[in-house]
Amino acid sequence: MPSITFIHHDDRAETVSANDGDSAMYTALLHGIDGITGECGGGAVCATCHVYVDDSWLGKVGAVGADEDELLEGVASERLPNSRLSCQIKITEALDGLVLRLPERQV
Amino acid sequence: MVATVTTASSHTPPVLSFGGALPNDASSQPVVHLDVDPFAMDFFADPHPTHEVLREAGPVVYLDKWNVYAVARYAEVHAVLNDPATFCSSRGVGLSDFAREKPWRPQSLILEADPPAHTRTRAVLNKVLSPAVMKQLRDGFAAAADAKVDELLERRSFDAVAYLAEAYPLSVFPDAMGLQKEGRENLLPYAGLVFNAFGPPNQLRQDAIERSAPHQAYVAAQCQRDNLAPGGFGACIHARVDTGDITADEAPLLVRSLLSAGLDTTVNGIGAAVYCLARYPQEFARLRSDLSLARNAFEEAVRYESPVQTFFRTTTRDVEISGCRVGEGEKVLMFLAAANRDPRRWADPERYDITRKTSGHVGFGSGIHMCVGQLVARLEGEVMLSALARKVASIEITGEVKRRYNNTLRGLESLPVTFTPA
Repeated sequence: MPSITFIHHDDRAETVSANDGDSAMYTALLHGIDGITGECGGGAVCATCHVYVDDSWLGKVGAVGADEDELLEGVASERLPNSRLSCQIKITEALDGLVLRLPERQV
Repeated sequence: MVATVTTASSHTPPVLSFGGALPNDASSQPVVHLDVDPFAMDFFADPHPTHEVLREAGPVVYLDKWNVYAVARYAEVHAVLNDPATFCSSRGVGLSDFAREKPWRPQSLILEADPPAHTRTRAVLNKVLSPAVMKQLRDGFAAAADAKVDELLERRSFDAVAYLAEAYPLSVFPDAMGLQKEGRENLLPYAGLVFNAFGPPNQLRQDAIERSAPHQAYVAAQCQRDNLAPGGFGACIHARVDTGDITADEAPLLVRSLLSAGLDTTVNGIGAAVYCLARYPQEFARLRSDLSLARNAFEEAVRYESPVQTFFRTTTRDVEISGCRVGEGEKVLMFLAAANRDPRRWADPERYDITRKTSGHVGFGSGIHMCVGQLVARLEGEVMLSALARKVASIEITGEVKRRYNNTLRGLESLPVTFTPA
């Protein structure tokens, strides 16, 4: 099972195992990671599962979709070049070891 | 660790399966028939015991009263919501099957539509009600909530349905839509009509439709471009005609969707939250000590009370739901409220807990049809609960609580309360 490390805004790190095919958001909720809200449950509506993808992984998580790009304009914390919505990152074996940083707030 | 999440995923057995199920297939589970009318007054008075009966009878049940299949457990409700190809909306999301019966009003282009038609109209409304738009609305909605609570503290004792749950959304939403000042008293009756009409042909539905003509005329007029102020949600929808995303004929019907579903739902959501905080003063105290919980306190109220109780889908093919065979062309009733208190999914589901991890509740639905106005609802709920927590020390129920009856919406007619200032 691929592992994902979530690094909180206070630098606390939590590493969890993900199911192949689940989204990064769903994985975070499944493991009770604070800092991912996911109000809309993964429907790409709410922009409350914002993450900053560690630079070394940016090339592997896929491109930002048009809808996601628009939603990222509405995130509560600053949008950076490595901002993504974690509901749109699908976990595969190729993402084993993925590092996602969490923003200060989601709402 | 949320150990009980049962959403279909690679590690759980599928809730739905296709193709292998033949009539009388020995592997199919029998579907339990129940003599339950979930649209009767005595059911509305206290639906929770019957919800439990529905959940525990099996993953799928059959309601003889209205000849429909029904699902009340979280996993099955979530699965049905997330398979729109099998469980379609274009044949109506009420009991009436549009393949057999003419809809009581022109069919919705979003609620009562399937992909690919739905995808285009949904994208338009998603943009009109996006997180970025909410950022612009936030300060104004918050100031209006503060002003409303200040006014209510002057009043001290009042009906929290009329003066708060209805008055606050009415003070922000029609202006955000860009509606004219005249005629707004039609909005709540129209919404009540729409949600009653999803139900069976009972007295509630018949009465609502009989009285509907003036409300329908008002709404039809307000949906026209000339009647919608610049900058509002309505004008933003019409502006999408100019960009070619929708046609001039489609725009008024999309405005109608927001007028149908944008007000009564938040009235009942905010009403549910105030009712929860009045009944559970310890939770109100927790909220007062940590204002950052305001948004989740509203979300938990939506899970706990489920202002929208039910929706229907229609099967487009034979399907097995958790081993129970359902044929093509059948109505399937989803008990959102029962799913939101399913002990298979929620720890201590009967408890209103403002720190609960609420993500995944189906109070706003789930999947492609999940409430398009959910961000507006949450914004209204959050800023109102924040204002209450800052300004009010206690909310005391001081009179008889009366329920309002609707085929789809759960809420109160009257909630007499007294506020003590902080």
